[in-house]
Amino acid sequence: MTSKTYDVVIIGAGIVGSACAAECVREGLSVAIIEAGIIGGGATAAGMGHLVVMDDSEAQFALTRYSQQLWDELSDQLPREVEHDACGTIWIAADDGEMAGALRKQKFYAERGVQTEILDAHSLAEAEPNLRQGLIGGLRVPGDSVIYPPCAVQFFVDEALAKGARLFLGKAVERVTADGVRLRDGTSISAGVIVNSAGSWSPLLTPGLDVKKRKGHLVITDRYPGFLRHQLVELGYSKSAHSVTADSVAFNIQPRKTGQLLIGSSRQYGVDDSHVDTSILTRMLDRAIEYLPGLRNLSSLRTWTGFRAATPDKLPLIGPHAEHKRLYLATGHEGLGITTSLGTAKLLVAQIMNRATAIPVAPYLPARLAQEPMHA
Amino acid sequence: MPETVKLLVNGVSVEMPVGSMVSAAILKTGTFAFRRSATGEPRGPLCGMGICFECRVTIDGEQHCRSCQTVCKDGMDVRTDG
Repeated sequence: MTSKTYDVVIIGAGIVGSACAAECVREGLSVAIIEAGIIGGGATAAGMGHLVVMDDSEAQFALTRYSQQLWDELSDQLPREVEHDACGTIWIAADDGEMAGALRKQKFYAERGVQTEILDAHSLAEAEPNLRQGLIGGLRVPGDSVIYPPCAVQFFVDEALAKGARLFLGKAVERVTADGVRLRDGTSISAGVIVNSAGSWSPLLTPGLDVKKRKGHLVITDRYPGFLRHQLVELGYSKSAHSVTADSVAFNIQPRKTGQLLIGSSRQYGVDDSHVDTSILTRMLDRAIEYLPGLRNLSSLRTWTGFRAATPDKLPLIGPHAEHKRLYLATGHEGLGITTSLGTAKLLVAQIMNRATAIPVAPYLPARLAQEPMHA
Repeated sequence: MPETVKLLVNGVSVEMPVGSMVSAAILKTGTFAFRRSATGEPRGPLCGMGICFECRVTIDGEQHCRSCQTVCKDGMDVRTDG
């Protein structure tokens, strides 16, 4: 059974796939979106929704900065339930070494036009009175913000549907074919371009893709309005996030508009099951309590896990597949998919339309990984 | 006469038999809305056994305490948010 032909068929309605779908329909392309589970139900729902500029690499900065500007342009149109909150980030320095890191970070951002503010111990305590005493200071990045990602996904999907896209919900893709996809129910959908934006599931549909699951835990508390004002991240975060082997935790906490607190973060490789691991959860919460002792007395409502789609070089895959002529990839965003979804959509669609991109796309092209030995 | 304890519910002094739950003390003051839901609806004790979390109040400054699971103590300061 073959249904209608589309210009683009998008696999996965997470934040990346849905942003790509919305961008495609804005270009006048006909779009089919295929989602095996629920809309925004994977890493999109499991993650924090921090719209953050990052500086681990020049390419990571370029994509996060570009994407953040796109979010800023969109912010007036976001529905209330997306809970966009321009709370900013404070990177916390616990010792002199981390404070030197804060100063380096400030210089990096200043040279690239991102406004930040160095906080000393006093102004940090004033900004976040519940932080423990004895911290050295931090770096405030006022342009960062927070959203509730599942509702942002719904917003993008609604836009795509309003402009004629077709949604295949609850339909799993069995395989990518030469000219489209075949669903498990036997339906074949043909398309000029196939986009694999299935996040941590993307390697199942594109064998050989070097995208691995990186498990994370999150905890959400009851409502404690005013306990926290900014998203707080320890400056040691990058040390944790960069380790590609060991399990790690880092202090990363987010205030929600409801007054709830979202507490992270943990990173684990090579763990496929989604159960809550009490030993790493305890480490994660101990780390958070180290910074915010008052957390100890708050009550949590839920704990859950999710899987980031991680690449070996910490950059997403955005662009044509090295071999399959019609296949494009938009996956491997690890912990930054919420932020970088909008930049990804722009870069992907520019490539599909054979147009120049707003930022250089070379660092994100899938071909960069395909040329290296797959399992070195 | 059973032994009693005295506590404050929204600043009003209430005398309760030893072993009473805070939820009972609050009801004794004629307060039925213990708190407000996220959308502003009044909430109060539903299950009375610690499961539904609808009876949460602030006790001695600590938010989100289940009043149906907390025994009244002398001098306790209980605040509802309904």
